[in-house]
Amino acid sequence: MRYLLTRLGFYLVAIWGSLTINFFLPRLAPGDPAATLMQRMGQMTPAQEQSIAVIYGLNKHVPLFRQYVTYLNQLAHGDLGISIQFFPSTVASVIRAAILWTLFLGGVSLLIGFVVGVSLGVLVAWRRTRPVDSIVTPSTIFLASVPYFWLAMAVVYVFALKLNWFPINHSYNIDVSPSFSFSFLLDILDHAALPVATIVVVSVGNWLITMRSTMIGVLSEDYITMAIAKGLHPLRVALSYGARNALLPVTTSAGIAVGFIVGGALLTEVVFSYAGLGYLLYTSVTSLDYPLIQGLLVIITLGVLGANFIVDMVYVLLDPTVRRP
Amino acid sequence: MKTLTRAFALIYRAPRLVVARLAVSRKATVGAALLFVLVMMGVLAPVIAPGNPMAVVAGQNLAPSWQHLLGTSGQGNDIFAQVIWGTRNSLGVGFVTGVLIAVVGVAVGLCAAFFGGVIDNLLTLLANVFLVIPGIPLLIVMAAFLPRNNLSIILVLAIAGWATTARIIRSQALSIVRRDYVAAAIVIGERRARVITTEVLPNLSSLIASVFFGAIGYGIGAQAALQFLGLGSITTDSWGSILFWAQNNQALFQGCWWQFVPPGIFLALTCAAISMLNFAIDEITNPRLRTVRQRRPARRERAALARARSRSAGAGEGLDFA
Repeated sequence: MRYLLTRLGFYLVAIWGSLTINFFLPRLAPGDPAATLMQRMGQMTPAQEQSIAVIYGLNKHVPLFRQYVTYLNQLAHGDLGISIQFFPSTVASVIRAAILWTLFLGGVSLLIGFVVGVSLGVLVAWRRTRPVDSIVTPSTIFLASVPYFWLAMAVVYVFALKLNWFPINHSYNIDVSPSFSFSFLLDILDHAALPVATIVVVSVGNWLITMRSTMIGVLSEDYITMAIAKGLHPLRVALSYGARNALLPVTTSAGIAVGFIVGGALLTEVVFSYAGLGYLLYTSVTSLDYPLIQGLLVIITLGVLGANFIVDMVYVLLDPTVRRP
Repeated sequence: MKTLTRAFALIYRAPRLVVARLAVSRKATVGAALLFVLVMMGVLAPVIAPGNPMAVVAGQNLAPSWQHLLGTSGQGNDIFAQVIWGTRNSLGVGFVTGVLIAVVGVAVGLCAAFFGGVIDNLLTLLANVFLVIPGIPLLIVMAAFLPRNNLSIILVLAIAGWATTARIIRSQALSIVRRDYVAAAIVIGERRARVITTEVLPNLSSLIASVFFGAIGYGIGAQAALQFLGLGSITTDSWGSILFWAQNNQALFQGCWWQFVPPGIFLALTCAAISMLNFAIDEITNPRLRTVRQRRPARRERAALARARSRSAGAGEGLDFA
């Protein structure tokens, strides 16, 4: 419990840190994003003007500290400002429409990547003097070095354009209106197959390498030699004696991996024009929609921090030694 | 002054030991060779592909031919020349980013480990905050606010990337700082700067090499991602900007595979070469990861070994791992 509370405290500091970065970015940036912003916004209600003014520090006569407090206060009430490209929608509503797609894409790929990568890691660590290690390990290193967005492009080219097996882009068929039917579900899965495969292929390498290193460390422990000497079935030694203990440190790195996978998912979405946060971030960057860019950073950071906290809780469940009274 | 020269001598000697051991590793040889070829490609760009790579030399979207080995882009640039020249910018930005991250990360990590206490707590907290904020969104947002040029890209990459290095260096430095010889050096009355440079730093050299290469790889990949999104300088020629123009030009839908395949392959090759070097350095610093490749005994030898084992097992001197 004490452990979780310390972690929670840390995440609060991290949230505060990212909000502070967000606050100072437009104020420190060369040029004057705020002024250009006001020109582009066009007609606004006084309330909207007020909100933009707070986010961009247009009230120059107000001391910085006051601006900062107002900014945090506005965020605490869920006010992220107003989007430019989707004017007059609020940033919050635009993000709300896209967030589920990213959660779906990231969650599914994370799960598949973790299971496949860890299993392969166990396999190559157990057979590390055999050919399987010298084939699988270097090839996953190579795959992990491929940039997400580039693999996505290659995958689109081969499987969507040339072979015509999967749809080219978007998260569902735009001609069909979303509904809770079975065929629509199939349509979603059909559209998700390639993006998920892309993220899985790139992320598997990292899981495999981490699992391989910790597993090799565990395998040189005395209790493994003992288990083999007792004549236990090799599979049992590898899984219940080796993999189980090697999984713990890997779980710790899962938190950081979540951040990487989110990043990868964002880039993959851009290539597939997938309706999630990443594609939104891309369009907001190209159309200089600063309020949306900043809102997205806040929301994505919150999501990743939340995922990290979940990983911490799982860690407490897995490792009894951190469960101090 | 004497301290400084001695520190340099040590730093200079320590990597040589690592290099000597690296030469034995096959992964390291392949990685280093690959990297060397790539660097030479950039250096010799004017010889391999003379002329300005950004010049319009032919029609648009031409397929690879003998005249244009990798075809042409949507603007009519020669892709082969662009890829070769792009090596300079991609590797250059990656290298500078790597140096910057290594310097900042090592400084922060060493300070945290050496001074401990409040300084350590604060620096660790700062690093952990930067670690947990997702990198790519942070990069994109920072780059969106800065002018589109190489300098801001390098700056942004370093700000988002220093924390990993700092954390790795700190945890290793911590275990070194606690060793007896460091305590002894402090007790003798050595100055702090000397203790750090001559007792702690040399023992970190292989780790520093590893994080340095890691940072270069990160820099190259992340720069390409930013440029692909149009956040870098798109007028300079680099692998990322070739991909940006390919995407802008709808290269995929036009079936122009030659516009995006080559830069991607070079990016992947570079990062793979760096990972291989790093993997080899890891194996040298952590002998447990090393794969011992044993010659499999021939059948007759195996039979003899088995007989010998069963005999010696009876005699009670069983475990023979030789």
